[in-house]
Amino acid sequence: MYKILVKRDLIPSVKFIAVEAKDIAAKVQPGQFVILRLTEKGERIPLTVADFNRQLGIISIIFQEIGRTTKELGLLKEGETITNIVGPLGQPTHIEKVGTVVCVGGGVGTAALYPITRAFKEAGNRVITIIGGRSRDYIIWEKEIGALSDTLIVTTDDGSYGIKGLVTKPLEEMIRDSEQIDQVIAIGPVIMMKAVSHLTKSCGIKTMVSLNPIMLDGTGMCGVCRVEVNNETKFACFHGPDFDGHLVNFDLLMHRLKTYQTEEKISLEKGEHCR
Amino acid sequence: MTMINPKQTPMSKQDPRDRAKNFNEVSFGYTKEEAILEARRCLKCKKPPCVAGCPVSIDIPLFITAIMEGAFDQALQVIKTKNSLPGVCGRVCPQEDQCEKVCLLGRKNEPVSIGRLERAAADYGQGNAPALFRSKKKKVAVVGAGPAGLTMAGDLARSGFQVTIFEALHKPGGVLVYGIPEFRLPKLIVEQEVESIKKLGVDLRVDQLIGRTFTIDDLKKDGYQAVFIASGAGFPKFMNIPGENFNGVYSANEFLTRVNLMKAYLFPEFDTPIKKVKRVAVIGGGNVAMDSARTALRLGAEKVYNVYRRSRKEMPARVEEIENAMEEGIQLEFLVNPSRIIDDGQGWVKGLECLRMELGECDESGRCRPLPIKGSEFVLEVEQVIMAIGTAANPLLSATTPDLKVNKWGYIEADESTGQTSKEGVFAGGDIVTGSATVILAMGAARKSAEAIAKYLKGSRNERQ
Ligand SMILES: Cc1cc2nc3c(=O)[nH]c(=O)nc-3n(C[C@H](O)[C@H](O)[C@H](O)COP(=O)(O)OP(=O)(O)OC[C@H]3O[C@@H](n4cnc5c(N)ncnc54)[C@H](O)[C@@H]3O)c2cc1C
Ligand SMILES: Cc1cc2nc3c(=O)[nH]c(=O)nc-3n(C[C@H](O)[C@H](O)[C@H](O)COP(=O)(O)OP(=O)(O)OC[C@H]3O[C@@H](n4cnc5c(N)ncnc54)[C@H](O)[C@@H]3O)c2cc1C
Ligand code: SF4
Ligand code: SF4
Ligand code: FES
Repeated sequence: MYKILVKRDLIPSVKFIAVEAKDIAAKVQPGQFVILRLTEKGERIPLTVADFNRQLGIISIIFQEIGRTTKELGLLKEGETITNIVGPLGQPTHIEKVGTVVCVGGGVGTAALYPITRAFKEAGNRVITIIGGRSRDYIIWEKEIGALSDTLIVTTDDGSYGIKGLVTKPLEEMIRDSEQIDQVIAIGPVIMMKAVSHLTKSCGIKTMVSLNPIMLDGTGMCGVCRVEVNNETKFACFHGPDFDGHLVNFDLLMHRLKTYQTEEKISLEKGEHCR
Repeated sequence: MTMINPKQTPMSKQDPRDRAKNFNEVSFGYTKEEAILEARRCLKCKKPPCVAGCPVSIDIPLFITAIMEGAFDQALQVIKTKNSLPGVCGRVCPQEDQCEKVCLLGRKNEPVSIGRLERAAADYGQGNAPALFRSKKKKVAVVGAGPAGLTMAGDLARSGFQVTIFEALHKPGGVLVYGIPEFRLPKLIVEQEVESIKKLGVDLRVDQLIGRTFTIDDLKKDGYQAVFIASGAGFPKFMNIPGENFNGVYSANEFLTRVNLMKAYLFPEFDTPIKKVKRVAVIGGGNVAMDSARTALRLGAEKVYNVYRRSRKEMPARVEEIENAMEEGIQLEFLVNPSRIIDDGQGWVKGLECLRMELGECDESGRCRPLPIKGSEFVLEVEQVIMAIGTAANPLLSATTPDLKVNKWGYIEADESTGQTSKEGVFAGGDIVTGSATVILAMGAARKSAEAIAKYLKGSRNERQ
């Protein structure tokens, strides 16, 4: 049993929780995730560790309520518990000093980007962060991630805050202005990671993306999380979740994420769980 | 002298037409009376060959004698001194290749139905085997709660060691809970046997992925004087044919884990979904393939093909399970090998293209190489393809434990009689050493290794009171 110590609403349908998980907090590295299960009848879902405190034995998670399990998680209160959490899972993000790193976060992906941004900064890089959302109400973690970055750029689709446009817009401008960029890391909706990778490929800027396929065990046992990278099949929970964005088959990922759409709808409409 | 019935007492089963539609156990097991009747067939041999045929050396004539007397508790306790999972083994052990194969009675008649009697002892008996020592000073870590890990934990706990099992999933049992279906091995049985191992004082910790949550070296630093690795061989293989990533292609592990561990057959009462389709093809010829095919049928498929590249004779699945599958209406396609998966133009499976095969050169063991017949392509129209072509070693532990030697396939190198690996104080057994084998072989390896670990730990000071 893992106790929820803190819970906060960030923006509509995105929540923050800090959970007591000593062993995971002691080991987790930026880029890794956990798999949790809420109840005996619940499913196992992967969520990135958005922050951690090793001394206090706490991990934080930021999640978007989109379906049955994330909505149910959103209903839990401080002091209540999560039945199962296993982790840390996946390979840590490869962090080294490369010069200038541009960290690009879309939507709730910004949460997963946070510990990575910090690690790149601590490794001595110049960090430019671009975060984006639909509108002003959908920007998360701006202050926190801004404090770690040398430069922070915010974009909104509707122009209600920051630059009007997608996260690719300022990135495109930086490339056009021949700013020195040594590496890009992008985390967010698949379509956004695809767009960023497409943009940087033409000018050969190394780009890492963090893939979010459907997962089950998260240990390499089932193979549901397979993605295509450089025309080879990889298990994202095991070989990833980070991969070279220039080699990823994003269309396949988007398609595979649709596998259970019909069932997800049934599950959501089933009504409240008796807890 | 009473005449011995040349035939085994039959065991009743659910009617194939009924059982193909439910997940209840297929066979009902013996009644007490049937068990006693069958127990009477045993010759109580002085030098019983059956015991040597059992990888964990159960005192078979002794427990059968107890059943004959109607003393099911005693029978169970006799078994449990050697085997912590009798209800499991009585159901899924390939007895025909183990104890029953060498049963003396079997030379002229049908052998004693040892497996069914073992199951009866577990179904009707109660109680644990007595503990041997009571000191709990030395700590042992076991990685994985499958048959090998559970056996090790039970044996060492009974010998007075303090054992902690670290299991990656949220439930103990390994393949017994995620792979083998409910209709062959009810999960309640596994739960009960795990509970009785826990009662011996074993600390079982779920949600612990060794290699990530802790490394093997962390465990040693934490004061575990010996570590036993029993992580199984659960890294699914695919065929590397075109179309394998279309929606509707599953590894058997995924398919079975959804249904068994996550109870997707009870969706939406349980949250984990599974696609229910009309036509399914399962690829492979082992127990895993049979289990997948029969599961697909129970989920409501109208047509289930099982595609195997060799002939019936070479099928590695248990005979009983092949027969059960055929009775239920699984269509076995022999000498057929898939060449690609076809989609509907939108990335969803629509068919499986196959080639007919013929058997070519044979090796010494009599297994012949299947060779494709040119131009024999045909298409099975299916919406789901399940790959049950075997598994490989998960590389996580070897990658995070640099001084742990593995062979060229990634399986851990361990001494056959002790399980000792290349790393001091680290032992291994079960599928992670041998590759996919059987429940009882994994347990046999653990049992031998438990003796070696006990000896190893006694070599160091103050193990007894
Ligand atoms: C490595 C990884 C890290 C992730 N980190 C975060 C995070 O930090 N914050 C966050 O909000 N989300 C994260 N996700 C996505 C999150 O796992 C899904 O949103 C969640 O599983 C949806 O479950 P649901 O029952 O609420 O919704 P459902 O209605 O079941 O599904 C909604 C959509 O989520 C995806 N999904 C469904 N089931 C799974 C599953 N078992 N595994 C993965 N995706 C699934 C599918 O695209 C589906 O269409 C991450 C995913 C991965 C693989
Ligand atoms: C579908 C199916 C049907 C089968 N049918 C039969 C049958 O009828 N009869 C028979 O005798 N055999 C059968 N087998 C084979 C048999 O189940 C296996 O040989 C046996 O389970 C191997 O036992 P094990 O303890 O070595 O590994 P497993 O049962 O695989 O258990 C390993 C455990 O370790 C855990 N683990 C893995 N890595 C880690 C880690 N890093 N940290 C912590 N935990 C970890 C896993 O989650 C798992 O619980 C079948 C197998 C399958 C898949
Ligand atoms: S465990 Fe298996 S081999 Fe041993 S007696 Fe039981 S059925 Fe036979
Ligand atoms: S070999 Fe057969 S007959 Fe002899 S003791 Fe064993 S089970 Fe009985
Ligand atoms: S989630 Fe099962 S192998 Fe990755």
